[in-house]
Amino acid sequence: MAHLLEINNLDVKFDTDEGRITAIENVSLSLDQGKVLGIVGESGSGKSVTAKSIMQLNPGNTIYNDTAEIIIDDENVLKFTSKNDLKKIRGGKVSMIFQEPMASFAPAIKIGYQMVEQLMLHKPLDKKEAKNISIDMLNRVGIADAEKRFNQYAFELSGGMRQRAMIAMALSTMPKLLLADEPTTALDVTIQAQVINLMKDIIKEFNMGVIFITHDLGVIAQVADDVAVMYLGSVVEKGPVNEILKNPKHPYTKGLLNALPDINNLDAPLKPIPGNIPSPLDRPSACVFRTRCPNPTHDCKEGNIEMGLIEVEPGHWVDQCCVNCG
Amino acid sequence: MSENIVSVNNLSVSFDYQENFLSKKQKIKAVNNINIKIKKGSFFGLVGESGSGKTTLGRAILGANKISQGNVIFHDDERDFDLTRITAKEMKDYRKKAQLIFQDPYAALSPRMTVRDIIAEPLEVMKITNSRQETDEKVREIASKCRLNLEHLRRYPHAFSGGQRQRISIARALVSNPKFIVADESVAALDVSIQADILNLLKQLQNELNLTYLFISHDLSVVAHVCDIVAVMYLGHIVEMAPSRKLFSNPRHSYTKALLSSIPSIDPENKSTAIELKGEIPSAMDPPSGCVFRTRCPNPTHDCKEGNIEMGLIQVEPDHWVDQCCVNCG
Repeated sequence: MAHLLEINNLDVKFDTDEGRITAIENVSLSLDQGKVLGIVGESGSGKSVTAKSIMQLNPGNTIYNDTAEIIIDDENVLKFTSKNDLKKIRGGKVSMIFQEPMASFAPAIKIGYQMVEQLMLHKPLDKKEAKNISIDMLNRVGIADAEKRFNQYAFELSGGMRQRAMIAMALSTMPKLLLADEPTTALDVTIQAQVINLMKDIIKEFNMGVIFITHDLGVIAQVADDVAVMYLGSVVEKGPVNEILKNPKHPYTKGLLNALPDINNLDAPLKPIPGNIPSPLDRPSACVFRTRCPNPTHDCKEGNIEMGLIEVEPGHWVDQCCVNCG
Repeated sequence: MSENIVSVNNLSVSFDYQENFLSKKQKIKAVNNINIKIKKGSFFGLVGESGSGKTTLGRAILGANKISQGNVIFHDDERDFDLTRITAKEMKDYRKKAQLIFQDPYAALSPRMTVRDIIAEPLEVMKITNSRQETDEKVREIASKCRLNLEHLRRYPHAFSGGQRQRISIARALVSNPKFIVADESVAALDVSIQADILNLLKQLQNELNLTYLFISHDLSVVAHVCDIVAVMYLGHIVEMAPSRKLFSNPRHSYTKALLSSIPSIDPENKSTAIELKGEIPSAMDPPSGCVFRTRCPNPTHDCKEGNIEMGLIQVEPDHWVDQCCVNCG
């Protein structure tokens, strides 16, 4: 079966006043229908840029490489130029949920109007049908009093409810692919648990593919089927969630897991990953992790080993440089 | 000499609120009848969801919010500061003893000042040092304690990453040689790998400088790791308070249990068994009568549902305090 989404050899660079910045280098990922792919990494690792590339939402100074492909339904999204083609993707086949639900609704327009408007852009519906679908979606995501909420503004809803409304809006066009960019980060833990459970139910019900971006490994463990760990614009390790979290091979993944306070083991010391994530302006050549690697080999320190994923176990891919560093 | 550094007695903080200029003024109780004692040298944790009053309590202890009822007493070596009747002059002294570290290291540092000037500012404002030379000496001393590179002192904040900036804010808070620090969500904006570094630094500085922390956070796993004693807040009330190991191994209040079970487990096979709380934290403008948690309690008793039971902490074990209403709901 063909994948729902395939990203091949994606490089993304930004032209800025300070020079050309590499945001993403040689990223290849794939996602099947009904699966959740988690992308983890620290700020600045390129998680969001990857998701935005799928929707072509990166700013005007973005440069993609010629060999890159982002394939959805046998079509390369990166080759789309006309507004009509892009409309098929944005909100049609692909929907996106953002981190800050307050910022993703227009503050002066009623939530219901915003839902109806986008629905009518993508589906041949009249106003009344669109309204019915929207209210039905609001009900489905567990918003009580959906009809009343439909006529309210974003500021009248609490944070958890806003995020639910955002999910309802993103799903109302029945996308095949949902991009969720830190959808629970701004929420309190009890609300986060509610939203995660809601998303799991919905993913099952609609059988869509989801890219779930977060920096929280606990959230990933609970929702994702597969994980890709990103560092400074490169995928350094990817595979099934169980493999990656229980048997990590890359020192960065290990470092992230060690740095996480574990509530079940309060005596374990917190181990930070030494050093800072380098600025994208002076991205290390060859292996990007070598400036922070706890145990680099000689060749690696010199920058002699190129990056590239190798399969260490079925489905479990690790960067070839760091697999030896331990 | 008291073994506590801060005693908070029956503290309430309310804010005036007026929907529009025609409507009646209302009082919002952000913090309600709080009693805590913070021991010298302890790492006191305060957890709760947004809107639970954690920050208001922290600010009231620092004298940055008006106290509506009750009092806050800060026990210094020689004398006590009673924050309800502190004079402006005493306040200046108090500021040297009690300091604040903010959440967002990107917003807390002025982009137009060098790191040296940022750290030196409290010394100049509080007139602690007499000469530039002395100021520089103090700045350098605290900067190296906070593991800042001395060459960095001449640079501006934009040149630093989040973790380094947080170290600058810590250095600024510590330069006046305070005894008590309120750290308000000080690691919430940081990545995990850096978060661990800052937490370790706070611990290390505590030992070196004999500090007492009030550590405000919404992240229970962080609090469990660094704090000695933890108070859980809900809608302006403390609902449970215990030494952290006790609290996390044997939580008694249903809200604490729900919070703990909501932490997503890092083990993919351990699919979450979160005790899901219905609904959301009620508005502080219109809190439930009696027990504030009763609208979300998974297992309320009859009296509790009716709002017949008043809030108040009782001691269930030595040092383990739980709200008297919810201790029976289980």
